Amino acid sequence: MYDPTVARLTYRALLGRRRALILGALPVLLIVISAAVRAFSGADDQVAADVLGGFALATMVPIIGVIAGTGAIGPEIDDGSVVYLLSKPVKRPTIIFTKLIVAIAVTMVFSAVPTFVAGLILNGNGQQIAVAYTVAALVASIAYAALFLLLGTVTRHAVVFGLVYALVWEALFGSLVSGARTLSVQQWALAVAQKVAGGELVTSDVGLPTAVILLAAVTAGATWYAGQKLRTLKLAGEE
Amino acid sequence: MTTLSIDHVSRWFGNVVAVNDITMTVGPGVTGLLGPNGAGKSTLINMMGGFLAPSTGSITLDGKPVWRNEQIYKHIGIVPEREAMYDFLTGREFVVANAELHGLGEKAAARALATVEMEYAQDRRISTYSKGMRQRVKMASALVHDPSLLLLDEPFNGMDPRQRMQLMDLLRRMGDEGRTVLFSSHILEEVEQLAAHIEVIVAGRHAASGDFRRIRRLMTDRPHRYLVRSSDDRALAAALIADPSTAGIEVDRAEGALLIQAVDFGRFTALLPRVARDHGIRLLTVSPSDESLESVFSYLVAA
Repeated sequence: MYDPTVARLTYRALLGRRRALILGALPVLLIVISAAVRAFSGADDQVAADVLGGFALATMVPIIGVIAGTGAIGPEIDDGSVVYLLSKPVKRPTIIFTKLIVAIAVTMVFSAVPTFVAGLILNGNGQQIAVAYTVAALVASIAYAALFLLLGTVTRHAVVFGLVYALVWEALFGSLVSGARTLSVQQWALAVAQKVAGGELVTSDVGLPTAVILLAAVTAGATWYAGQKLRTLKLAGEE
Repeated sequence: MTTLSIDHVSRWFGNVVAVNDITMTVGPGVTGLLGPNGAGKSTLINMMGGFLAPSTGSITLDGKPVWRNEQIYKHIGIVPEREAMYDFLTGREFVVANAELHGLGEKAAARALATVEMEYAQDRRISTYSKGMRQRVKMASALVHDPSLLLLDEPFNGMDPRQRMQLMDLLRRMGDEGRTVLFSSHILEEVEQLAAHIEVIVAGRHAASGDFRRIRRLMTDRPHRYLVRSSDDRALAAALIADPSTAGIEVDRAEGALLIQAVDFGRFTALLPRVARDHGIRLLTVSPSDESLESVFSYLVAA
């Protein structure tokens, strides 16, 4: 199911100079903001939860997920170099699964790690806030990576659609229409975080069982479907 | 012995028919797929390589379907036309990765790089390669698993004459070894030099098939059109039409010239200067008016 060569190619493509810079920018921003907040207003659990919930989980994690998830396969399909993977006796689902693992790993490293560091800076993990949001970021990384990998497989405009989903659906629409929140990776991840923190500071609109089932279903469904799409991927002809 | 069978294959994109009911068999040796740009060569090669499903018909390699069958790639090597190829890797890393995806290792990669004579630049990044070098590394990646069928889409595009010669030698060698080699091109001379067998595709249709002599004859035996200006167009026209080598002559008054349709190329070219001399007519312009490859091809389709 996992092909080390596909993984190596994907890592090198994802962590190329320009993409790595983009991936690194948001985490750096989060840590700078956290340090500034801590310096000006001291350690405050509510503020810590607001920064981690409002910026880290709501904005940074999905954007990193878009970059890593779509970037793990989109550019190869776009420029046609995916033909070198497809013209091999390697099962299509293996290619997708391997790329998913890489996308998850990259998303986790660039989102969960800085979330934890920021949490420590903000309030020293008071009330388990840093750990709770880190767990949320880890969980969300899996679902985002799978969703955006699928997007990267089915459309050439994956980055745009991914950003629209992450920013418009999850952030804007979700805050206006409560039903939209049930169908939000962010809320599912928050449900898990709520369980970890156990307090009042981290809350979700979705119950834990529902969240876990939806997370698993979306991840598995998106990965399976991406594998199917890759089996019948039509490479754009020259004509 | 590997045989690729294309059986009544069509492919359309929306309302556009790119490949129209093509049936052919590609066997060992070098076969050239000849046709003008936009004829459907790439679409056909993409289907042969299992990257595109035929809308109707089937393509099989020794009886096994190529579409949705990734195990078939143990036997197929593909050299795509597109340039993109993991430019951030070195040539060696690229070929090694291709070998690994076939379950092979460094040794197979080194052998393939030696075959295309790219060892000298194998540790440079692909992004620094010239077009010819890229083409050779693509070849190495296609040869790494010693395939019995090699598909190449416009492999000579953008190569300089020396690189072209090298690649031709290599492909000829592959064909002599008993591999089935199919390459596409829109240049007759290229195909003629290399391929023992030629398949001609025009406007999505299979226009002709055979050895290059047959194809060449088909192409030179077709009616030729000439634009001729002379000191006395009408007298010349009257003298020429008496000979069976001309099928029609039009006096183009706007151009001040004759448009002559010749049916027997060899006879007409000998006739024209003789008739002019015998009648004391001076020839001012003699130019073929339809020498473009497209007109040659369109004749073949109509035939």
